[in-house]
Amino acid sequence: MARTRAKPATARAPAPPYVPLRGHPLNEEEFRGQVGSTTWVPRLEYAWDAGVAISRFLDGLREGKIYGVRCRRCGRTVTPPRAFCELDFKPMDEWIELRDTGTINTFSICYVTWDMKPLRVPQIPAVIEIDGTSPRVGFLHLVGGVRGRTVTEIRRQVRVGLPVRAVWKPPAKREGAITDILHFEPVRKRANR
Amino acid sequence: MSLIKRKPQRRVAVIGAGLSLFMRRALDTGKELAYYAASQALQTAGIRLKDIQAVVMATAPDAFDGVHMKGEWLLDGAGGVGKPYLRAYVGGGSGVFSIISGWMMVASGLFDLVLVVAEEKMSSCQPHPQGAFLTIFDHTIERPLGPNLLWIFSLEQQRYMAAYGIRNEDIALVSVKNKHNALAHPAAQVAAHLTVKDILDSDVVAWPVHRLMVSPISDGAAAVVLASEQVARRLSDRPIWIQGVGWCLDTSYWGNRDLAYPRYVEKAAWMAYEMAGVTEPRKQIHVAEPYDPFAYKELHHLEGLQLADRGQAPEDLARGRFDRTGELPSCPSGGLMGVGNPIAAAGLMKICELFWQLRREAGARQVPGNPERGVAQAWGDLMQIGTVAVLGVR
Ligand SMILES: [Zn+2]
Repeated sequence: MARTRAKPATARAPAPPYVPLRGHPLNEEEFRGQVGSTTWVPRLEYAWDAGVAISRFLDGLREGKIYGVRCRRCGRTVTPPRAFCELDFKPMDEWIELRDTGTINTFSICYVTWDMKPLRVPQIPAVIEIDGTSPRVGFLHLVGGVRGRTVTEIRRQVRVGLPVRAVWKPPAKREGAITDILHFEPVRKRANR
Repeated sequence: MSLIKRKPQRRVAVIGAGLSLFMRRALDTGKELAYYAASQALQTAGIRLKDIQAVVMATAPDAFDGVHMKGEWLLDGAGGVGKPYLRAYVGGGSGVFSIISGWMMVASGLFDLVLVVAEEKMSSCQPHPQGAFLTIFDHTIERPLGPNLLWIFSLEQQRYMAAYGIRNEDIALVSVKNKHNALAHPAAQVAAHLTVKDILDSDVVAWPVHRLMVSPISDGAAAVVLASEQVARRLSDRPIWIQGVGWCLDTSYWGNRDLAYPRYVEKAAWMAYEMAGVTEPRKQIHVAEPYDPFAYKELHHLEGLQLADRGQAPEDLARGRFDRTGELPSCPSGGLMGVGNPIAAAGLMKICELFWQLRREAGARQVPGNPERGVAQAWGDLMQIGTVAVLGVR
């Protein structure tokens, strides 16, 4: 059992709640070694169905196409596709093949993994507004084809508003997944919207 | 357009508040932490558990504890045994949503005394509680890209900065202010005297977010006692009234949203303001506790709460408007950036702070003047919910 380090509860703090607060903070050593803690590693597997709309989107990716859907009532063209308009609550009216170009709505330069281990080569996640959609409509993907690893080097090449183009896996290697697009890379000249 | 059908007739007051310490990792279990805060809230309200008619418990993902249905598991620590019991859960928005849920129970006329408890124990989740958030992303079109929680916040911060030409120095100032404010908070986990340079010298975790712009992993609990008007007047000489509540969620297609402005927070705020009779928030709100799990979020939320013009919160901050002694003190508690972020408990801690501030009991943390009305707000899920409560002295 733990050797508890009772936090010195300061006599009447100069601020509320004015009573000694309870709790027993542990340091790293106590947590790793001396505390009666147990561990468990969950093992579960899920087999997710992609759904009616996303299945068709994934089929498109396999063919090197980005699809969107349009609702005639609100006039929006959106991607990722969905079976129904979440605002008008009716089926979407048509499928539209979008371009595989777009604009960086926002991006980040991530230097850590989810468990806070350093990444030598940073990831550059971004929201890409896809050409042919309603304003500010896009999805999460990665930016690639960028040289350098520092914030300064990367920001020299990547900025909000930058035109980008999808870099696809070779057709034989595509599997009908969002990763059939390897990443989006900066383009110098952009096609007309 | 009106956001509420009619103003509820039955008034609800906060009559007691309690906290545990906020800690990086606690020996104490979630039940024990909840018990500390709940028993303290009952004590300050001058009542006992048997007087409580119903209990609300807020706690964020089950994945933190590795205990499915942890609301039920925490029941005993929340004082819910043998009573109508409800778990309020909307991610990071849960802390303020808990008081909204409790308010509904009392305002509806169902109960006169309701205990609201919020608990979070993040430290159990190994190797890092961020793992609990890996599954908030769409399994088919997002997770194969390997996203983590830092991505979405750094993306949102960058969009906010790009839309209004905000510099990272302006945002770092939130960390400086809140960590400094927290020096006067007895529960605080990460209070410190730091400069903007210290913040920007800390590692970049996901540019533009630096390590000291992120709230810590925390264990802790908070609790309040809610009472109907008649009971509140009998039990308390200084009840603090819940004048308005509001909440709102935006689409889960977050790549289709304007990330520069939290319109769902605006909608939630107007709902609460309308109920509270607030038409000019900047004049009628005297103290604010917006949600600050990341430094930029406080500014983002002050704008959503209509307490600053869009893109102008950083400038207001720089000229001291949001200091504890400023024109509109914001996060006088020290917020999540200073006191800590045991998720659901952090939101309810903000309600506790308004309770003490409005009773003018906040001691070393007291904002000057005679604050009569405050707003607390929390936020969460997939950057999509705003939960808002307006509290006042009458
Ligand atoms: Zn529509």
